[in-house]
Amino acid sequence: MENDESIVAAEKLKKYFPIKRGFLETLVSRTDVFVKAVDGVSFRMQKGEIFGLVGESGSGKTTTGRLLLRLTDPTEGKVTYKGRDITGLSSRQMKPLRREMQIIFQDPFESLDPHMVVKDIVAEPLRIQKATKSREELDERVKQILREVELFPPEEFMLRFPHELSGGQRQRVAVARAFVLHPDFIVADEPVSMLDVSIRAEILALMLSLVEKRGASVLLVTHDLALARHVCNRVAVMYLGRIVELGNTETIVANPLHPYTRALIAAVPVPDPSSKRLGEVISGEIPSPVAPPPGCNFHTRCPYAHLRCTSEVPPLIEVEKDHWAACHLVDRPSQDRTPA
Amino acid sequence: MLQLDGLTTNYRTLRGWVRAAEDVSFTVEKGEALGLVGESGCGKTTVALSILKLLPSGGRIRRGKILFNGEDLVPLSDKEMRKIRWKGISIVFQGAMNALNPVFKVRDQIVEAIRLHEPDVSKSDAKKRAEGLFEMVGVEPSRITNYPHEFSGGMRQRALIAMALAANPQLLIADEPGTALDVIVQAQVLQLMRSLKEKLGLSMVMISHDLSIVAEVCENVAIMYAGQLVEYGSAEAIFKEPLHPYTQGLIGAFPSIRGERKKLLSIPGQPPDLLSPPTGCRFHPRCPYAMDVCKKEKPQLKKVGSGNHYVACYLY
Repeated sequence: MENDESIVAAEKLKKYFPIKRGFLETLVSRTDVFVKAVDGVSFRMQKGEIFGLVGESGSGKTTTGRLLLRLTDPTEGKVTYKGRDITGLSSRQMKPLRREMQIIFQDPFESLDPHMVVKDIVAEPLRIQKATKSREELDERVKQILREVELFPPEEFMLRFPHELSGGQRQRVAVARAFVLHPDFIVADEPVSMLDVSIRAEILALMLSLVEKRGASVLLVTHDLALARHVCNRVAVMYLGRIVELGNTETIVANPLHPYTRALIAAVPVPDPSSKRLGEVISGEIPSPVAPPPGCNFHTRCPYAHLRCTSEVPPLIEVEKDHWAACHLVDRPSQDRTPA
Repeated sequence: MLQLDGLTTNYRTLRGWVRAAEDVSFTVEKGEALGLVGESGCGKTTVALSILKLLPSGGRIRRGKILFNGEDLVPLSDKEMRKIRWKGISIVFQGAMNALNPVFKVRDQIVEAIRLHEPDVSKSDAKKRAEGLFEMVGVEPSRITNYPHEFSGGMRQRALIAMALAANPQLLIADEPGTALDVIVQAQVLQLMRSLKEKLGLSMVMISHDLSIVAEVCENVAIMYAGQLVEYGSAEAIFKEPLHPYTQGLIGAFPSIRGERKKLLSIPGQPPDLLSPPTGCRFHPRCPYAMDVCKKEKPQLKKVGSGNHYVACYLY
């Protein structure tokens, strides 16, 4: 097995959510209907890496993040943490591991309990994990992390309620809560998308400096490819539950192989009125994850789709060093690329 | 075609007046799109609601003029405004795609809107118009009998645009048209707005916190901060040479998928409380170049250079 150094690994992860159906429907038809949120995802993250999981809605990126943290159980597949298979662990067995794995949510207004003051919000993980021995130690650890997220003076912020803080301040509290136990692995789910643009860079810089200081690893889940480009060493692009392209961020942005990645890059608006789009904006919308297209699930919108794409799922293969793509065209680069 | 002159709108609250928009002036010519850019609390939605006189209770236009085809809308009564709303100026609200009534078919909601504003139109004529509108916005006319939940986010946004254009308005105000849409769908909607602008000679005011979206569609851009207009001019001029320190900070804060991987900028601090905003230039507490005069008196919009470019800043 290559890369025993990985901190977290997903192996052929699948998460299918069953849909409740009406009584009459169940009488008429036998087949159950599922939302195939994650449909065969495999990748590894190295220690200290900032790995981006990029995709639009229905891509399965948030569910993948939650699967890695065992916040939800996979339908199939394996989750490995520091080389150990944690897929089947009970919640009692997971508890000591939870100290090392944390999450930062997207909405700074929803992710903090409005009835708790900042001190209690940040102290909660310490209390659950019984990480401190005295009240003084708890207080000190909370103050310390509040200083690190630049909420000065910490004594004052500790006593405030979330509604008394701005969006940026609340997200700093969320970051503080995520880092107070010195975790090794953090999933950040759209951590800045609900913040004003001019303060995003600050919050991100803060997160990244904490990550660097502690040698932690981050899985950044985002729809914003431009943001991922600035922040992540490596990136995986997801579409309808599967990874379509994976590898070094700059390599992918400079030379996107998968037609979906190309379409995504072409669609990102650029803050420059004089620049032209890099390619056509493709038509159509994301199909429902309840009935994804057979074969390559992007074939319905792909300008290069041919017969094989409609029946065979393309495997993720390494096309060049640290650059993987799941596309039949890339499989055989000599093949004629004219649309079907 | 639309000209704002010193528009000042405040909201009356128990704690006093919230100075949401102060002395805002800009022009939108026929067939042109103006991007109104700013972050939360900058007053851009207040300006939009003021134009249509749709301010919530407590909102008051305290000073200024809103000239639509030469006529000042500010003193008009609600009855008179009704003739202008939707037929002269129309709006697609932020998050409107979630405001469609879930128990009625989409077509029926458009038909309802048409017949409310034009009671002489027959039901069948209204239906035909609705179908034509769907085609214009790129939704298959056969989908017109669907319910909102059967539409994707992008289709709902298109349906809302169709509804807003049903009475052939001259000006369309779009409030955050790209928010809540996936990247590719957003690009499709923007493409649609550009083509509608060309095909119909439609004028637009596009409100967004996202500079990139505005760069795609608008010829001119107005940057707002804490209720004040800080920079105004052609999109090209503003992006090539942002003058106001806030504009510079804002542009620097956007990551780009192209070009060099530069360091992302941030503006320290946060927008002020508009109940008692800072004196003088409202950006001075966060401005790296703030001088004494900035704290005392609000700088006026001044033309810089030979082109269409104005900035309200003592640095110039």
